[in-house]
Amino acid sequence: MKIAITTSGNDLSAPLDPRFGRAPKFLIYDLEADTFNVIDNLQNLNAAQGAGIQSGQNIARQGVKALVTGHCGPKAFRVLQAAGIKIFNTSASTVAEALDQYRTGKLTEAGSADVEGHWA
Amino acid sequence: MRLSVASGKGGTGKTTLSANLARIAQHTVVLADCDVEEPNAHLFLKTSDIEEKVVSLPIPKVDEALCDGCGLCSKICQFSAIVTFGTAPLVFPEMCHGCGGCALVCPPKAITEHPRRIGVVEISQAESITLITGRLDVGVAQAPPLIRAVKEAVPPKTDAIFDAPPGTSCPVIAAVRDTDMVLLVTEPTPFGLHDLTLAVDMVRDLQLPFGVVVNRMGSGDRRIQAFCEKQQIPILLEIPDDRRIAEAYSRGILMVDALPEYRSLFEDLWKTIRQSLN
Repeated sequence: MKIAITTSGNDLSAPLDPRFGRAPKFLIYDLEADTFNVIDNLQNLNAAQGAGIQSGQNIARQGVKALVTGHCGPKAFRVLQAAGIKIFNTSASTVAEALDQYRTGKLTEAGSADVEGHWA
Repeated sequence: MRLSVASGKGGTGKTTLSANLARIAQHTVVLADCDVEEPNAHLFLKTSDIEEKVVSLPIPKVDEALCDGCGLCSKICQFSAIVTFGTAPLVFPEMCHGCGGCALVCPPKAITEHPRRIGVVEISQAESITLITGRLDVGVAQAPPLIRAVKEAVPPKTDAIFDAPPGTSCPVIAAVRDTDMVLLVTEPTPFGLHDLTLAVDMVRDLQLPFGVVVNRMGSGDRRIQAFCEKQQIPILLEIPDDRRIAEAYSRGILMVDALPEYRSLFEDLWKTIRQSLN
């Protein structure tokens, strides 16, 4: 199973980016193979609106089943839910720490968006 | 004649110019307030009863019984307003610009369009000025469709002044597009010049005739004049930095009413514009 973690860097020691929609990159981690790759989310950094929706589509295309991030807004939540991706909020400072929290079952699945939409 | 009044920087005097110019016209003129997120031209005019028209955008609605999850709607949407994952699509009405593309491309015709209110167009009369104001609803992000509705409310063959929002993005383009001339209002400051250069690039890209109006002349320096001279841009009017203008403004009184000595500035501007368009 693959999970996505929001980050501004390129490896496990990189900082976790608390934003989902406007995260510069996603680290896609394959839990079975213990390998990862990093994908760009740059097209969304400057999006006026709808960044969460596009980010959701972006990681759905990667076939991930879970997302570990800082915060997730209402539009992104609807998209992720429709794509069957579970959301886990964390305050971890690095990707490795977030991954460890996920693996050891320290994170609980989010039942709703945890921040307001920017255009609400 | 259709004139638009724009600027890069906000607060340079677009509404001051638009309203005074409308006021001094010798004939019936439309003043269209296209700054739909924050319309303010009405503050300077004593208007009659307001006629209000609701403006809506057509938003898609999906009949899940007909949808086969092909995803074409999601592919054509430039604003992520309709999203699909092989199932019936999710619709985000607040993202939709109402282009109708999704309904058009849907093979099983599962998408129908339904109106979503985005704001109102208000029409009122202030002596010889017909004021048409766009007022976007709170929380709505799409100004351009409402600005287009304001422009459509202008009767054909009437002289009209379009008071644009600040900046150089979509709402400004919607306001100035298809006008005969753009007046770019600026102020003699570094910020004023910086944003004027952006606005000049914009109107050149749109290939619209334009000229510059410098407001609060005397408060800064002559950098605007130097720029316009180098770029061969006509400066059509300089409004002096006069505290009495600001005092009248703060009471909602137009410069040409409070200070008759300035009437000739705007009368001359009308003449200059007419000459340059002929």
